[in-house]
Amino acid sequence: MDGVADEAPILQVLGLSLYYGDFRAVRDIDLEIRPRRITAIIGSSGCGKSTLLRSFNRMNDFIPGFRAEGQVRFAGQEIYREGIDAVSLRRRIGMVFQKPNPFPKSIYENVAWGARVNGFRGDLGELVEASLRKAALWEEVGDKLDQSGLSLSGGQQQRLCIARALAVEPDVILMDEPCSALDPIATLKIEDLMRSLASAYTILIVTHNMQQAARVSDFTAMMAMGEDRAGMLVEFDATQTIFTRPKDQRTEDYVTGRYG
Amino acid sequence: MKRSSRAVLDRELQAIQDDVLRMAHLLDEAVSRSLEALASHNTQLANEIVAGDAQINALRFRIEEACLALIATQQPAAGDLRAVIAAMNIVGDMERMADHAAGIARLVLGMGTEPLLKPLIDIPRMVEVCRTMVRESLEAFVARDPERARQVAAQDNTIDGLYKQIFRELLSFMVEDPSTTSRALYLLFAAHNYERIGDRATNIAERVIFMASGEMHELNPEPPDTAHL
Repeated sequence: MDGVADEAPILQVLGLSLYYGDFRAVRDIDLEIRPRRITAIIGSSGCGKSTLLRSFNRMNDFIPGFRAEGQVRFAGQEIYREGIDAVSLRRRIGMVFQKPNPFPKSIYENVAWGARVNGFRGDLGELVEASLRKAALWEEVGDKLDQSGLSLSGGQQQRLCIARALAVEPDVILMDEPCSALDPIATLKIEDLMRSLASAYTILIVTHNMQQAARVSDFTAMMAMGEDRAGMLVEFDATQTIFTRPKDQRTEDYVTGRYG
Repeated sequence: MKRSSRAVLDRELQAIQDDVLRMAHLLDEAVSRSLEALASHNTQLANEIVAGDAQINALRFRIEEACLALIATQQPAAGDLRAVIAAMNIVGDMERMADHAAGIARLVLGMGTEPLLKPLIDIPRMVEVCRTMVRESLEAFVARDPERARQVAAQDNTIDGLYKQIFRELLSFMVEDPSTTSRALYLLFAAHNYERIGDRATNIAERVIFMASGEMHELNPEPPDTAHL
């Protein structure tokens, strides 16, 4: 599978099915996510991409009736096992959402908040600067850290949210359509940022924008809805393979715009 | 997610394919007429072939422009992308094949009034196979049929066999009577041009296989002992 096989996975999904009450939203997923790579999850609306993404840091736990069958192993540990602290899991697997959602606080506080809550004992000022630099935002906001995070443009707000996620030093960052509310230039900045972050972090991104998946990701997981309306994994491969010679006809049809 | 652009993409892909076939038709005509000019020493026809090459070149650029525009505006992926890339490669090969036909026409113009060294027997056979290969490789392109493309490539062995035979025969003429050398070389150059056309038809077959399956490999690797031919 074009070099997929030679690295130990950071996330392993084994026979995973996800339910909302009686409805099975995602079924029988087997997937291995490589560390320090960008993996895109593509597929038509309603095929369970976000549900799958959110299962990696137990974000779905907040939804009443949600239930997971099968396993998600993070660094070898089953995350749905009893006794796993979902809060500390989410510190190691951060998330960036579709709409930038900074707190109505200063830029500084937006970044410092998570670290402070987690009992960070080092120099908060240094941490804020380092996180903003990693998020490629320092040059633009370094001299106005006390301004409200909400005063920034959409693209800057999204990078602020990425800085906030980075400040708690996660291993994995989940991104759920992080650019869908951004203009093309802001989108390219986020994509550049993702590429530079991929040297240190594992990134998973759900996107409806196939060109974005093609541009930014190393691996692509193609999902589709089955006849029972449950989402399933159709094909997983190196992104280049998915967009030039996919093996499954449903992937071919989706990436060429014939279906979806 | 519904995308209306698929209709535009399909229409543009179809237009490119139509132009590729149009170019193949012009090429076939040039190849067939080059043999006629050679056999009948028809310099007027040879001049027409040389002049007609410009039209083939122009069509090639037009198709490449259309492919570039399609890539830039439609972002084709997977099978569509392979089809566009295959079309670009195929028109490049056809343009070179047409150059070989024009090259044969130029030989006719350069031969002067000397009669042919010998009646043409194997060269028309080569041309027949060349034309079949071009036609069938384009049929495989339209049908996206890798099996048919493989059958096309297999025919190149016939062309190579005929070429070797011509080579030996003309060599023996030249050895026995060096005064035949220039007339023998004209025929040898003509045969060589047809041999190259067969190789290019094999390239087209390779592109069709790539387009249909995503596999990229050479169909008739050159045997090491034929490098001098």
